[in-house]
Amino acid sequence: MIELGPQSVAFLFFSVFALGGALGVVTSRNLMHGALYLILSLFGVAGFFVLLSAPFLAAVQVLVYIGAIAILFIFAVMLTRGMTRLTETLNRQWWLSAVVSLMLLAVLLVGVILPVWGEGGTNPNMPSTDLVATTVDLGVALVDGDQYVLPFLVSSLLLTAAMIGAIVVARDDTE
Amino acid sequence: MVPLWMFLLVAAAMFVIGAYGVMARRNAIAILLSVELMLNAVNINLVAFWRYVTPENMSGQAFAAFVFVIAAAEAAIGLAIVIAIYRSRRSVVVEDVNLLRG
Amino acid sequence: MEQCINVIETLAPCLVASGTDPGLAQFISILLGVLLVTIFPLGGVIIFIWIERKIAARVQDRVGPNRVGPYGLFQNVADALKLITKEDITPAAADRLIYNFAPIVATLSVIMIWAVIPFSPVHIGVDLSIGVLYFVAIGSIGTLAFMMAGWASNNKYALLGAFRVVAQLVSYEIPMVLALLVPVLIAGTLSMQEMVQAQLGMWFVVMMPLSALIFYISNLAETGRAPFDLLEAESELVAGYNIEYSGMKFGLFMASEFIHAFTANALFVVIFMGGWAGPGVEQFPALGFVYFLGKTMLIYIPSLILRATVPRVRIDQMMNFNWKFLVPLSIINVLVMAFLFKVAQVLSLTPPPGLETDFIANLPLTAVLLAGNIVMIIGVLTVLRNTGRRERLEAEARRADDVRAPAPTMGR
Repeated sequence: MIELGPQSVAFLFFSVFALGGALGVVTSRNLMHGALYLILSLFGVAGFFVLLSAPFLAAVQVLVYIGAIAILFIFAVMLTRGMTRLTETLNRQWWLSAVVSLMLLAVLLVGVILPVWGEGGTNPNMPSTDLVATTVDLGVALVDGDQYVLPFLVSSLLLTAAMIGAIVVARDDTE
Repeated sequence: MVPLWMFLLVAAAMFVIGAYGVMARRNAIAILLSVELMLNAVNINLVAFWRYVTPENMSGQAFAAFVFVIAAAEAAIGLAIVIAIYRSRRSVVVEDVNLLRG
Repeated sequence: MEQCINVIETLAPCLVASGTDPGLAQFISILLGVLLVTIFPLGGVIIFIWIERKIAARVQDRVGPNRVGPYGLFQNVADALKLITKEDITPAAADRLIYNFAPIVATLSVIMIWAVIPFSPVHIGVDLSIGVLYFVAIGSIGTLAFMMAGWASNNKYALLGAFRVVAQLVSYEIPMVLALLVPVLIAGTLSMQEMVQAQLGMWFVVMMPLSALIFYISNLAETGRAPFDLLEAESELVAGYNIEYSGMKFGLFMASEFIHAFTANALFVVIFMGGWAGPGVEQFPALGFVYFLGKTMLIYIPSLILRATVPRVRIDQMMNFNWKFLVPLSIINVLVMAFLFKVAQVLSLTPPPGLETDFIANLPLTAVLLAGNIVMIIGVLTVLRNTGRRERLEAEARRADDVRAPAPTMGR
């Protein structure tokens, strides 16, 4: 099926991180452990980006998600104290959620992924050509007038609005 | 190379685990953590499709970069709201936030 | 015979010629390369700490360690042995896994930076196409280690210390990254080796002294060196996140801090002062190593003297300095530098494609950028002077009012 080379071993390694971390996030009693499991999962995703020849996105993933967002989560866990010994982690309809999630996974797998891109599907061997675009092309794409400069500028506005909004919402008005 | 459907499988599994976390957990911060998992699964999908279908065109990676931006903004504001709610109600269990006033 | 391209690929051809399987030979040579790149900072930390203690001692008018070995050179070996043989304590209610993992993550985040530092034209761990972004990302993992340490100690002073540490580290990443944008812009690449090669004509510290200064100050804050050493403030907050750590775990935190200080100066040298560039490096690549170490020492020793002489900055002063001064300054710096670079390109002042390493061909571009920097520095100093004068006049006016009408509750 797939040859056992360094890429397959790396893929297995990173997928264990990603999925193991994800399972840890949704089943942890201690929210601090949950945040650390999220960091493990994000490392796995960064590894996937490296495997998929997107080194810039891998570095940005580590820098933004792990270096900033995960730390934000840890701060939030610490500021809302009493969250480290949760007595009940799940709400009343957890079994229904589990059933729905498993059905969703089955539908995605059997109905969409395997028939089209699986071994006997309609499009099994995607043309992974040797002409892979580099980080320079990403930089050009983000500022090129024909490409993505408008979403780029709008996202900077979005971030400014989010920053101001977060500061205003979380500010302590009793001072 | 690893076939495309394995990347898609991992991304789908991560998405489904995140969906279960959003639907089944009581704590608001745990729900936000699960939303981050779902956004990461989407990113894996985007970059995997970019690499295997159109690696010469940077649309996939640009899209993934914008997903990063949106996830960061959403995490910041979500957590600010959680902290504000904690300050007034001393609880972050989402089932307790069921009154429109007070 | 294959070319000697980097640390990894010199050994594999010899192993293959002696009959081992090529995949295994490649793996062994990669392993050896990793070991070499890791052992350099870990072994060098002994010399760094010795230099630091001697210089701090001389500044404070005393001798420093001079008993263990000639001139006290083996003092750190003795200290390491002491730390290793201490009892390994874990606080009762601490989170065991996170508590034990935090010093490892701290050391990891520092040593992984050494994979992208170029020692010579042919020796580098791995020449990533995103080298600059890589070391910024890895440096941001160190923040995580301090948070884990502060939380897992189950001690409110450790937690408070960890809050302040993380606030400082996260805040000072911003001017560091913004100051790094300018050399990346001028060199046109994120790769570390190519950034050194872009400086063969003229060092970046001459072309953009303001960016170099901002980067240096942010590095001082990121590594927790004076005057920003609130991270380990022994006299306040009882050693911060370090309280519950003793023995070799504390030793790992201390070692990682000293290695980080040296690494930050090495990065400054690579990005702004030309790394391994110097006369005669093309013929003898090993000379690059000597130049690199010499330049790093040239920058490292003033930072040690700074550490021994400057008083500590308070946390709110530190935050004000960052958000109200460094961040706006670095944004203006990026804008002005980008504008001047484009102007220089339009007026064809940049060196023509064949002559990039020529000193004379780089002079017009250097003059334009340096002039822009000097204008910005004069502007900043003027603003600072006016602000300082205004505050001083206000304080004097307030003191004059107090003298004329003393507060009624005084002397009761």
